[in-house]
Amino acid sequence: MNETLASPVHSAALAGEPVVEFRGVTVSFGGPPVLEEISFTVAPDETRILLGPAGVGKSVLLKTANGLVQPDTGSVALFGQTITGLPERQLFPVRARTGMVFQEGALFDSLTVRDNVAYQLIQEKVDDEEIDARVLEALRFVGLEQTFSLFPGSLSGGMRRRVAIARALINRPELLLYDSPTGGLDPVTSTTIIELVLKQRDVYKTPSLLVTHRLQDAFTMCTHRFDADKGAMTPLPEGETDHNTTFLMLNEGRMIFDGSLHELVNSKDKFVREFLE
Amino acid sequence: MEAIDRAAKQFVLTVQEYSLFALRAVLNLFSPPIYWSDIVLQSDIIGVGSVVIVIFAGFFTGGVLAVQSAATLAAFGATAVTGQFVAKSMVCELGAVLTGIMVSGRNASSMASELGSMVVTEQIDAMRALGVDPMRKLVTPRITATVAMLFFLTIVADFFGILGGAVVTVFMNGQNGTQYFSMAYQHLNFHDILQGLVKPLIFGFIIATTGCFYGMRTTGGTQGVGRSTIQAVVFSSVLIIFVDLLISVLMVSL
Repeated sequence: MNETLASPVHSAALAGEPVVEFRGVTVSFGGPPVLEEISFTVAPDETRILLGPAGVGKSVLLKTANGLVQPDTGSVALFGQTITGLPERQLFPVRARTGMVFQEGALFDSLTVRDNVAYQLIQEKVDDEEIDARVLEALRFVGLEQTFSLFPGSLSGGMRRRVAIARALINRPELLLYDSPTGGLDPVTSTTIIELVLKQRDVYKTPSLLVTHRLQDAFTMCTHRFDADKGAMTPLPEGETDHNTTFLMLNEGRMIFDGSLHELVNSKDKFVREFLE
Repeated sequence: MEAIDRAAKQFVLTVQEYSLFALRAVLNLFSPPIYWSDIVLQSDIIGVGSVVIVIFAGFFTGGVLAVQSAATLAAFGATAVTGQFVAKSMVCELGAVLTGIMVSGRNASSMASELGSMVVTEQIDAMRALGVDPMRKLVTPRITATVAMLFFLTIVADFFGILGGAVVTVFMNGQNGTQYFSMAYQHLNFHDILQGLVKPLIFGFIIATTGCFYGMRTTGGTQGVGRSTIQAVVFSSVLIIFVDLLISVLMVSL
């Protein structure tokens, strides 16, 4: 892949500020809180893996990060700008700087893969030739050039997820949000997806927040790196982990863990121990 | 008592949300971006796609009106006014209401199910995440297209209704065609036509806003999509008939 998919200069990184900052965020949808007093940050170049069992509010947290869900109390800052309370119209340009991969891909059924991946560029009225070139490049990144003219309905679950990643990357995002990118996929396809996430992390250093309930994916992210020469994921030497990949854990809407892999596996918290075992 | 209280509050809340939703959709027309290509696409789907059912519905309704009215009018020796009766009924009332109900069944349901499916599969969230306002991209074009197309579809229904009445009058009742059209033409006044053309504008707005409103607030997976579709069709149809009554009372009193 050439340079155009690479993440641009991080404005927040230059300012030394976190890319994402949650400050005491509580979210409820008219009932008991789904998220309660959540505080954490995502630093520039950092990959944060959000763990937790199904239904604890991981996806809601991810949607709160780019303003798709507004908190009841607390605030969220994205690229140094507080987005809580901003009207939807002012949120669009901030959101456009992020890339989001949804749980089931969320591809537009009525559009071809080309138009799905190019959606943002089409709205920005980018030249057709440039669109085609950039879509092909993004599809090459996920290994799906041949799907250019196909409709999402004719793709497998894994392929849809990879097209969704291509769509998230095409506008050179400054932050990537992955919502269970491997959920419901077979182990081989899951590894392919994790390899793509690693590639984006290690080659383009895009900060990201990744939601998963699959421990094996989380550990792979920490114990592997993407080797650009070989074009494949390779394990780090025994005992080494990626220090820019850290963990968060949610349970019943509360943040019960925030730290490194080492701290996670040595945690004394009863729930963390149960989850890991 | 508590249940009634809760239901009343829920009703008021729904009306408030619907009003704000419709207002936002309309205000979007006065600031960029306006998605003209989506308006044209929706006009094709809603307008051109509904022409055939509107032609048939109008034609057969005009025919039925001619059959029923001729039998009654014959008792008073007034079969000559069949054309007037059919034309006035079609232009003032049935053209607009029938077209509204037909388009509601066809398009309010499709809007609710299409948008509802997009909500439950997170496509609406994806659109927002990609920096595009779904209200501007999906809702406003549907409302604009439905209002414009229902206007023309009603004219088509009126024309074919009068034609259907003529076919029955001439070929089944054995009356004079020239007399039928002459009576139809002479007794239609500006007030009737105005009434018949104001209604589709309002009905079109009701169909699209109801369909989009229920679609966009869908919850509960595929079952929720089905529920939204039913609610959209039922509420838009009932609202069309209710608003028709209000407009008729208002315009007759003018």
